[in-house]
Amino acid sequence: MLKEAKKAIWKNYQKEIANDNYFYVRSCVRQNFFPGAEATFLKILKEELNKDIFEEPSHTTCTGIGYHGDLVPFDTTMTVIARQFALMTECGYENIVPSCVTSFGLYSEVLETWEHYPEQLEKTREYLKKATGREFNIPKNLAHASDIIYKFRDEIAAKAKYKLINAITGEPLKVVEHIGCHYSKMFPHKGVGGAEYPYVLVGMVESWGGEVIDYPERRHCCGFGFRQYLVQANRGFSISSSKKKFDSMEPYKPDMIITNCPGCPMFLDKWQYAIAELEGKTYGSDGMGIPVFTFEEVAGLVLGYDPWDIGLQVHQVAVEPLLDKMGIEYDPSKKYLGINGKNLGKPEMPNVLKTCC
Amino acid sequence: MSKQITIIGSGIAGMEAAAKFSEMGYSVILIEKENKMGGHVSKWHNVFPDYKPAKEIISKLKSTLTKNIKVFYETEIENVVALDGKYYLQLSNSQNIESEVVLITTGFELFNASKKEEYGFGIYENVITSANLEEKFNSGRPIKTSRDATPKRVAFIHCVGSRDEKAGNKYCSKVCCANAVKLAIETKQLLPDAEIYSFYMDLRMFDRYFEDLYFEAQSKYGIRFIRGRLSEACENPDGTIILKAEDTLSGKPLKMTVDMAVLMVGFTSSVKTIDLAAKFGISVDNDKFIKPLDNHLNLNITNQPGIFVAGACTGPKSIAETLADARSAAIQVINYLQSN
Repeated sequence: MLKEAKKAIWKNYQKEIANDNYFYVRSCVRQNFFPGAEATFLKILKEELNKDIFEEPSHTTCTGIGYHGDLVPFDTTMTVIARQFALMTECGYENIVPSCVTSFGLYSEVLETWEHYPEQLEKTREYLKKATGREFNIPKNLAHASDIIYKFRDEIAAKAKYKLINAITGEPLKVVEHIGCHYSKMFPHKGVGGAEYPYVLVGMVESWGGEVIDYPERRHCCGFGFRQYLVQANRGFSISSSKKKFDSMEPYKPDMIITNCPGCPMFLDKWQYAIAELEGKTYGSDGMGIPVFTFEEVAGLVLGYDPWDIGLQVHQVAVEPLLDKMGIEYDPSKKYLGINGKNLGKPEMPNVLKTCC
Repeated sequence: MSKQITIIGSGIAGMEAAAKFSEMGYSVILIEKENKMGGHVSKWHNVFPDYKPAKEIISKLKSTLTKNIKVFYETEIENVVALDGKYYLQLSNSQNIESEVVLITTGFELFNASKKEEYGFGIYENVITSANLEEKFNSGRPIKTSRDATPKRVAFIHCVGSRDEKAGNKYCSKVCCANAVKLAIETKQLLPDAEIYSFYMDLRMFDRYFEDLYFEAQSKYGIRFIRGRLSEACENPDGTIILKAEDTLSGKPLKMTVDMAVLMVGFTSSVKTIDLAAKFGISVDNDKFIKPLDNHLNLNITNQPGIFVAGACTGPKSIAETLADARSAAIQVINYLQSN
């Protein structure tokens, strides 16, 4: 593989990412899947990077899952997204930052539609005005939350307490990166690095000391295709997609997986348990799995945040092997303690997939 | 008969037209941006459908350029001024030319395969283009992978950058099907133990002997044709290439590992041709190739008097078609000069 050629492609897919003053809109599902991820993002932006980032509590879904599931018509989607823009406008912001890649993709789709079909924009303004009395400005800048961390990856590296480097051997950790399909597969020029060789996560990994693995099924879906998973009869497609990726990455012995989508870490994490139960197959060393992280969690670990404060105890695949490799200090006895030391209860252990405690 | 004709581009169309003008007693100025004549054909090995060595074609065309021809190599058109029925060309070699007629034979460019990012050309070392394979044949060296192994399985991927809206080219490049079959046969001849596959959308074997080539490929050489467009190529740790496609005849997805994938790159209009068209004020069509005055009756005439076109600058053509087009243009040019 000629890595220099990849860099030439990356140069073709650079995007403008606002430097400050962000209006943040959350994901519908991430707060259940990996509850610490968004909080970690906000903490990094506010406390480490000293940025102005604001979220308005009455913002809603973007309708993404309903839209892609053919349940919500596009007119409704445009109007709901226009309402998010109205909240942004009312709060005095111009740069919108969705947490979710499906939201990011759908916002991009709506903005592209309005650019090419101005009558759709006028229609949406009319719908929103009639429904809510609100008006809105089109954002000056739309960037996914991973774009923001990518933009400031070197600032984070400068403050790093830990690196994506094996603390014992000094070797870079081998990292699988997986972007959400809706980040750039719909609009390659909206994603850093494009769709085929995306750079947004690669840039973070490289900046933080790791080495990215390019494995054959790198582009394959994680298994969270909405129709694969939301339609119960199709769930076999979901787990087989994930399994195809694990089988493909296994020979490279990855130390971890980093993702930028709400669904990808969920499915790459939880399906490792299901595959182990169904087939007795595990993909990490010694019967463990390959730890899976969101980009915010990885940034938090690099900055030295306590693993249990950023929610790593809710991961299905044990994260401790990765923490040990990075040389991160943590207290195993506090893994299942919540805020104020409250015991959250220890989950039942899997039969096949080994965990640490 | 002292009139001078300027030809821009000394590929096979420019050479053939120059020879005809020379035979008829006209003096010709041939302007070539490279340091030699022959264009793309000079880089090919053997050409379909009869495996004629490309260098034989070039050498025969060169042998006809004997008199009344002046060639400016490594020269381009800097500026064009049209005045009183004449064109004044300012050349990059600081010379100026005055000409009543100009024949544009600037040909084409090969599609830049790296634009089909999902195929990994330029990134995966064992993904090469048809032009690269011709170079390998011309070198006379054994066909090897990037890791110096003899390929056991080679795939040819048709329509790379042709009939592809995503690549910006909706048109068919016309000659790649026959060329792919020819290359597949030649590869099999050099690698008799290798399995050879060809991934196609349609096989457009439109011209005489092309169908024979296709049948020979299957019956004599055992080349396997799969109707399915490649969706992506990936690299295995050992450098072999995984191809993913849908076999549209069986209706099933297909995944195959090959040692080498050859991308059949199509024609695109050259940037320099588009620039030249703007300088002369002649039209290009949506496909960026020069637009002739009429698609049936005036294929070599443009919307500007005295500016003629021939060869692949007006769209993909085979060698035989290009040469016939050049002769046709020569007649049009001479008719124009005689009627003026």
